[in-house]
Amino acid sequence: MLRIHCPICGLRDETEFTYGADATVQQPDITETDQKAWLDYVFMRDNPRGPHREYWHHVTGCRQWLVVERDTLTHEMGQSFLAREVSK
Amino acid sequence: MTSRRLSNGGRIDRSQKFAVRFGGKQFTAFGGDTLASALLAGNKGVVARSFKYHRPRGIIAAGAEEPNALVHLRDGARHEPNAQATLVEAFAGLSSTPQNAWPSLEFDIGAPLDLMSRFFGAGFYYKTFIGPFQGTGFWMFCERFIRKAAGMGFAKTIDDPDHYEKINAFCDTLIIGAGPSGLAAALAAGRKGDNVVLVDQDHVLGGSLLDEQAGSTSDAWLAQTAAELRAMDNVRILTRTTAFGAYDGDVFGLVERLQDHMQVPEADKPRQRYCLLRAGKTILATGALERPLVFAGNDVPGVMLASAVREYLNRYAVLCGQEVVLATNNDSAYQTAFDLRDAGATVTICDVRANISSVLVQKSVRAGITVLAGHGILQARGKKCVTGAQIVPVDSAGHATGSPRMIKCDLIAVSGGWAPVLHLWSQRFGKPDYHKSLDAFLPQRQRENITCVGALMGTTSCEDALRQGFDAGGKTGDAPELTLTEPFWGNDLSPVTIITKPDGTTPGKAFVDFQHDVKLADIDQAHLEGYVSVEHLKRYTTSGMATDQGKTSNLNALSRMAALCKMDIPAVGTTRFRPPFTPVTIGAIVGHEHGLHFRPTRLSVIHDWHRENGAEFTEAGAWLRPWYYPENGEDLRRAYIREAAHVREHVGIVDVSTLGKIAVQGPDAAEFLNRVYTNGFKTLALGRLRYGVMLREDGFVLDDGATARLGENDYFMSTTTANAAKILAKAELLLDTAWRDLKVHVTTITDQWAAFAIAGPTSRQLLADVTGADLSRDALPNNHFTNVLVNGVNCRLHRMSYSGELAYEIYVPAKSGRMVWESLMAAGKVHSLKPYGTEAMGALRIEKGHVAGAEIEGRTTMQDLGLEGLASGKKPFLGAVLRKRPHLENPDRPTLVGLEIIGDQGAKAGSLLFAQTGPTEGHSEGWVSSTTYSPALKKNIALALLSRGRTRLGETIRVVDFVGNSTLQAKVVSHHFFDPEGLRQNG
Ligand SMILES: [Zn+2]
Repeated sequence: MLRIHCPICGLRDETEFTYGADATVQQPDITETDQKAWLDYVFMRDNPRGPHREYWHHVTGCRQWLVVERDTLTHEMGQSFLAREVSK
Repeated sequence: MTSRRLSNGGRIDRSQKFAVRFGGKQFTAFGGDTLASALLAGNKGVVARSFKYHRPRGIIAAGAEEPNALVHLRDGARHEPNAQATLVEAFAGLSSTPQNAWPSLEFDIGAPLDLMSRFFGAGFYYKTFIGPFQGTGFWMFCERFIRKAAGMGFAKTIDDPDHYEKINAFCDTLIIGAGPSGLAAALAAGRKGDNVVLVDQDHVLGGSLLDEQAGSTSDAWLAQTAAELRAMDNVRILTRTTAFGAYDGDVFGLVERLQDHMQVPEADKPRQRYCLLRAGKTILATGALERPLVFAGNDVPGVMLASAVREYLNRYAVLCGQEVVLATNNDSAYQTAFDLRDAGATVTICDVRANISSVLVQKSVRAGITVLAGHGILQARGKKCVTGAQIVPVDSAGHATGSPRMIKCDLIAVSGGWAPVLHLWSQRFGKPDYHKSLDAFLPQRQRENITCVGALMGTTSCEDALRQGFDAGGKTGDAPELTLTEPFWGNDLSPVTIITKPDGTTPGKAFVDFQHDVKLADIDQAHLEGYVSVEHLKRYTTSGMATDQGKTSNLNALSRMAALCKMDIPAVGTTRFRPPFTPVTIGAIVGHEHGLHFRPTRLSVIHDWHRENGAEFTEAGAWLRPWYYPENGEDLRRAYIREAAHVREHVGIVDVSTLGKIAVQGPDAAEFLNRVYTNGFKTLALGRLRYGVMLREDGFVLDDGATARLGENDYFMSTTTANAAKILAKAELLLDTAWRDLKVHVTTITDQWAAFAIAGPTSRQLLADVTGADLSRDALPNNHFTNVLVNGVNCRLHRMSYSGELAYEIYVPAKSGRMVWESLMAAGKVHSLKPYGTEAMGALRIEKGHVAGAEIEGRTTMQDLGLEGLASGKKPFLGAVLRKRPHLENPDRPTLVGLEIIGDQGAKAGSLLFAQTGPTEGHSEGWVSSTTYSPALKKNIALALLSRGRTRLGETIRVVDFVGNSTLQAKVVSHHFFDPEGLRQNG
């Protein structure tokens, strides 16, 4: 089981969280009308082997959305941040 | 093999004498026995039949590595399959039956299996699936035969009467294994003040020290150490506990067998306890398992691991044979020889090593043991028990170099070196390192927070094991001192485990994997067929894939493969272990989380009223909702038809408290709503509410619901029951990431508000009576709300309709929900107000043509559902761009229509639609999403998605239910079956 550091609650079990999305892609501006930009955002994902950034929701804890650093190869958990403080 | 209990010695409690049953026969056992030791004490040689060839099999080990002695324990509801007799503590009344015993332990099936045996070789399963037998039904035949014959055990089908507990736990230092190194680690860590958990699968502490002769110097050390540990409050000792899984984040799965050693658990006590333990650091002191040797007939009952023979002798006072041939490739087995000799057995040692330590040879000679250097066993003789060993001089590759000679014996004890128990380490970290001098895979001593000590690391002496453990535990206080004279396996090992004729073959079946009956020749066959990868080899031959995960077989299979490929073992590699280390009962994993406790049940605040008034309930996600309220023994169909008709004629009330409710607040609330809904919300005036549709970013419909504007920056959003949590989480994510510029707060208020829909021609009059408010058409038009008082409670009354009737939704503070509901029921008497359930609610919305979860199912667009009029062209919203993808605008897509079913029978949801002519196969032209009997139309109707549906109104089509195998005719109509102009809801 992964154990995820929540900046609000501390080190908690993975089962308190839900995975949200890939935190390395950015949603186009709502006024963007180019289909390609939205298609890339919705469907195109890298599948990195190694360090990665993901959105996790501390859904049964403080309900904050986090950006979590996770190594997809070793499952090692890196730092976590409040999403609203780091997302672009 | 003539095994027997010695009249003294051992660590059994002879004052406790009782009978255990195995296969209908009684065996005498003493306190401290395992089922296996009791069977051996009773000279029970054959305990199983092998998986494929049904050869007689005996006990070969004394612990978790035992591949043969699988038994069914207990009878009836407490029946348990796949128990290893070597791990089952004996207790008075224990009943067991052999698990692999078809047709019986004693009877040789013979001929039929010889016929089959050519199919049982390497790749049997694959060849039968994809080879010439494919599609012939041969597999089906084989499977039935194999399942019956193979004795994989059977699960009971009646409820388990016992209960199982689950706990979460934490510790600073977890120590797995309470042998010398684990005990030393626990001493040090405990003295240091760490919060320590010490785990061992045995019921007593000591590990390999329990295999020493009773009265050895180790006994005093063990007693003193155990006493010191027990006296420390910060050390929790969990015996009868298996650490079966090592997971990310230093989380370990443990199962404590609290009451397995009794016939029936004590009242109210859990049988087992599953513990999810989060450890700071972990010390693995899991020891090593002895490797068998591979030679012809190495599975004949009476061929046992040398270490097991010693354990049965010293711990259980069971002498497994009188005339013993002991075959080894290392020093450790000599101690078994000495102890056997002390017990009065005759012993001949065949040591594959040409050069043996002179100390050992001299000691052996003094003890009257014959030592044959450079010798191995070519073949074990005997059928149901060993009668002799064909021994032969061998070269350094294990090939015979001379002619064999026969030695009469009744026990063959073997040692092919040791395999460290690195299962937990491998679960976490994958590939271990191969150490040539030990011919073994070893974990890394220290990786992340896990330290490995003792025999797991190939220690060469007891002192070494103690020192490693003590260091790992944090070296606190006096270092433990204990010296054993036992020669350790790590000392001087020759990596020969396979004894063959000069040409590399064996003079009979030689087994690598006992539990799955994989022969040396199967590995050779896989090699011939081109298998190189060890993971492929494992699956192709099924070696190591039985419930024991190859504890005794993996290394021997690997070394054969390496020799055939002319590669060294690290180049061949090893497979990764997976949890669990030993089988874990499903009951322990489930704990109390079954039946109603599987997940929380959400109840409306007026659930009790529904129950008291006879409602039948249905599950809606985690919610229990009133389904229908039967009168006079009505069934579902009669009840919902009556309830729906009553709404259309009079007035009904339904509990819609389960709807998702979200407070959307802040200066940018309108902008937020404008972005998530397809239609405009910036123009929504105070006091009004508006139905909205949400899309996913990819352009498909996500959810729908009404939003009311309560204040300047204060909106009340509702979602469908099923999507409530999802929509809230999505809103939170958007506001924390892409839309951080919006000043908006979203809060769930689902549980804060009870909500009831009151629908029907007299709903206005009823509500006017209750609230005293002016609810006239002009005062409260459709899609407006007003604040009202019901019995002194401030409520909000929304005028909106899901049923198509004149209808309202009243939102009530949750704590006053029941009181307001009852006020409404009381006031409604004169208007014939009746409650209705979700089934009638569904019938009404289908009549009206409203979409719900069956239509908004993730694959439908606004156009598909006829909702495109709600898509604003003047503003951006989520999904606006991708809903315009060409494929999603294809006019051939299925679109929402109504169906009037011809005849008395209703359609089944999920039925497929086909045109009147042509075959009913392949892709259909659409499907039925929702069905009901319409009391208003007096016919069976349905909502459906039909290709080019809107152009086909009036057409008659076929509705095919492939599950129920029926075909109906239906007329395609508009999905607005009832009051399409909306005169009633707007009246
Ligand atoms: Zn948190």
